[in-house]
Amino acid sequence: MFKGGFIQNLPKIYGLYTGGFIVFIILMAIAEQAGMTARTIGICFVAFTVAIYAVIGWLSRTVQVDAYYVAGRQVPTVFNGMATAADWMSGASFVALAGGVYFGGYGYMAFLVGWTGGYVLVSTLLAPYLRKFGCYTVPDFIGTRYGGNAVRFCAVLVLVLASFTYVTAQINATGTIAARALGVPFEAGVWVGLVSILLCSMLGGMRAVTWTQVAQYLVLIIAYLIPVFWISSRIGGGMFPHLMLGDEVARITELESQFGLVKNSAADMKAAGVPGGLKSISVTHAGVAAGGMAVWKYISLAICMMVGTASLPHILMRYFTTPSVKSARKSVAWSLFFIFLLYSSAPMLATLSKISLMDPNLPTGIIGKSISDVMALDWVQAWSAQKQVFIADFNGDGILQLNEWFMRTGVVVLATPEVAGLPYVISGLVAAGGMAAAMSTADGLVLAIANALSHDVYFKMVDPKADVRKRLIVARVLLIVIGAAGAYIASMRITSILGAVAWAFDFAMSGLFFPLVLGVWWKRATKEGAIAGILSGLAAGTMYLIWVYPKFMGNDPWLGIDHLRFGMIGAPVCLVVMVVVSLMTKAPDAATQRMVEEVRIPSGKTILGKQH
Amino acid sequence: MSNRERHWEKTKGHMLMTLALWFFFSIVIFLFGAEINSMSFLGYPLAYYMTAQGSLLAFVVIIFWFANKQEKIDEEFGFGEKEDD
Repeated sequence: MFKGGFIQNLPKIYGLYTGGFIVFIILMAIAEQAGMTARTIGICFVAFTVAIYAVIGWLSRTVQVDAYYVAGRQVPTVFNGMATAADWMSGASFVALAGGVYFGGYGYMAFLVGWTGGYVLVSTLLAPYLRKFGCYTVPDFIGTRYGGNAVRFCAVLVLVLASFTYVTAQINATGTIAARALGVPFEAGVWVGLVSILLCSMLGGMRAVTWTQVAQYLVLIIAYLIPVFWISSRIGGGMFPHLMLGDEVARITELESQFGLVKNSAADMKAAGVPGGLKSISVTHAGVAAGGMAVWKYISLAICMMVGTASLPHILMRYFTTPSVKSARKSVAWSLFFIFLLYSSAPMLATLSKISLMDPNLPTGIIGKSISDVMALDWVQAWSAQKQVFIADFNGDGILQLNEWFMRTGVVVLATPEVAGLPYVISGLVAAGGMAAAMSTADGLVLAIANALSHDVYFKMVDPKADVRKRLIVARVLLIVIGAAGAYIASMRITSILGAVAWAFDFAMSGLFFPLVLGVWWKRATKEGAIAGILSGLAAGTMYLIWVYPKFMGNDPWLGIDHLRFGMIGAPVCLVVMVVVSLMTKAPDAATQRMVEEVRIPSGKTILGKQH
Repeated sequence: MSNRERHWEKTKGHMLMTLALWFFFSIVIFLFGAEINSMSFLGYPLAYYMTAQGSLLAFVVIIFWFANKQEKIDEEFGFGEKEDD
């Protein structure tokens, strides 16, 4: 059945895997009918999928440097696209995105445009050129292009800062899901999540992460799309929700004006005892806020997320693994296609979830019903017990008003299957999907940090004579240390999921975007310019963040640039400083200029050798 | 102008063209979000549709088009990669 090597058989292997997973879902559905409890089903889903990832991680173990750092540069285009999509779509994308759209409406959907539009920048400005360069890590490119350990170290600094802010949120998400599915406390869930993450990455580095990410993508996309399509046909939204929910969107707008959109005051919510982080609907579903400030807030958020996407090292490094420059380019397109499948479904899920709850003509509708009836619903009881939903009868009339119903954002994805009356097996599937999404992103991030520290700091700066065995041992030890540090911080629960995720984009765009782009597109960019640009961009962005973030100094945002958008300050500072300092210093030598010219041509050998 | 320089000129032109399309779908239409939302597409308000699905789809198409055309440019100047590279 399997002639030829592993790579030739990939479609068959993953085809079998997907088939096996679907058979597993069906078996679980039968078990549910036979009386298996919800809790056992949840445990089976998470344990089964994590065990498969661990097996893939074990089979992909390697002792070769280029397999460890860049998966041997033989990952085919489409599979690299799937791996990148899993790397990209985090626990936050999976669990919180639809909820964000549900509560934030049009203004929030700037994230959707930002998190997809950034790939146009990746494919046109960076990915093919970095692939031609042949580097192992992003700082490897910066360090070789500009020359010297100082600039390499600056790039490592930005990478660690951006990726680490991101990874704690991912480990947090794996912890939350593992805790719920396995029925253990959150703190224990975080460490279970960490062990699962390390099982996938430790033995095989990039090679293991690549093949587990493909497996995780398949699980997460199946887990996201099945409920969307099922709910849509169940509530009469049509078989293909993406094209057919126009009437539902119009109906929601109609219901909004019927029920009235009320923004509760903080004092009212406190008096009624609404748990922190729970929200009620107060923004229109499909309306667009008018006025220059609203437009600017939308566009500045989209810009930050797009430019941040094009600077995040754990994404850029995925394109180092393709066999050629043109396949790196194509691979970006496939990545975005696979991301599009989930992102375009999130607003549809938000629409379905909202209409299920709001429309009094549907059996699932709760708004406008009596509160005692609503409180008697199974799913309301289960999620209230976990403080995920809450009812506050502000006007004391015993009827549930739109502004009296509170939910946490994650509930939209996690509870909608139950709300719409789908069997529990779907909820178990969604838990496995969320786990896959959070794990795959955490894997990519932990590996990006550990690789930068082991390759760029240890091998290039501390001990350039280290042999292969020693390098790989250092890389693995760092992987464990960084994962443990991330899990420790996550277990202290200091950041909410999305705040931290947006910060990672702003840090990356402040310090890395222009040094990367100008490294390819402007021969005159110098080492001194790059160092000054990275440090001043990062410093300006960070200082602004401290100045504006409510929990730090809490000043009024300047021009509407709040803590989610501080890259709007950092990146321009980085650009101006980098250009000015570059022009003031001596042009790069002839060898560097030739190197840049060589990077711009797809054919021929990579700049850095196969083993370096 | 050498072959390499002409290749780079054409590559730059293609990059700018692609980024112009990107700029239109990511920024320009959302400058007019409130104005175009009264129009309708597939039954959805237009600005809502673009941010929920339309621009995302446009980006996918743009990148596939970009990659195909850039490959042709590379081949035209003899810089195409062989399959077994």
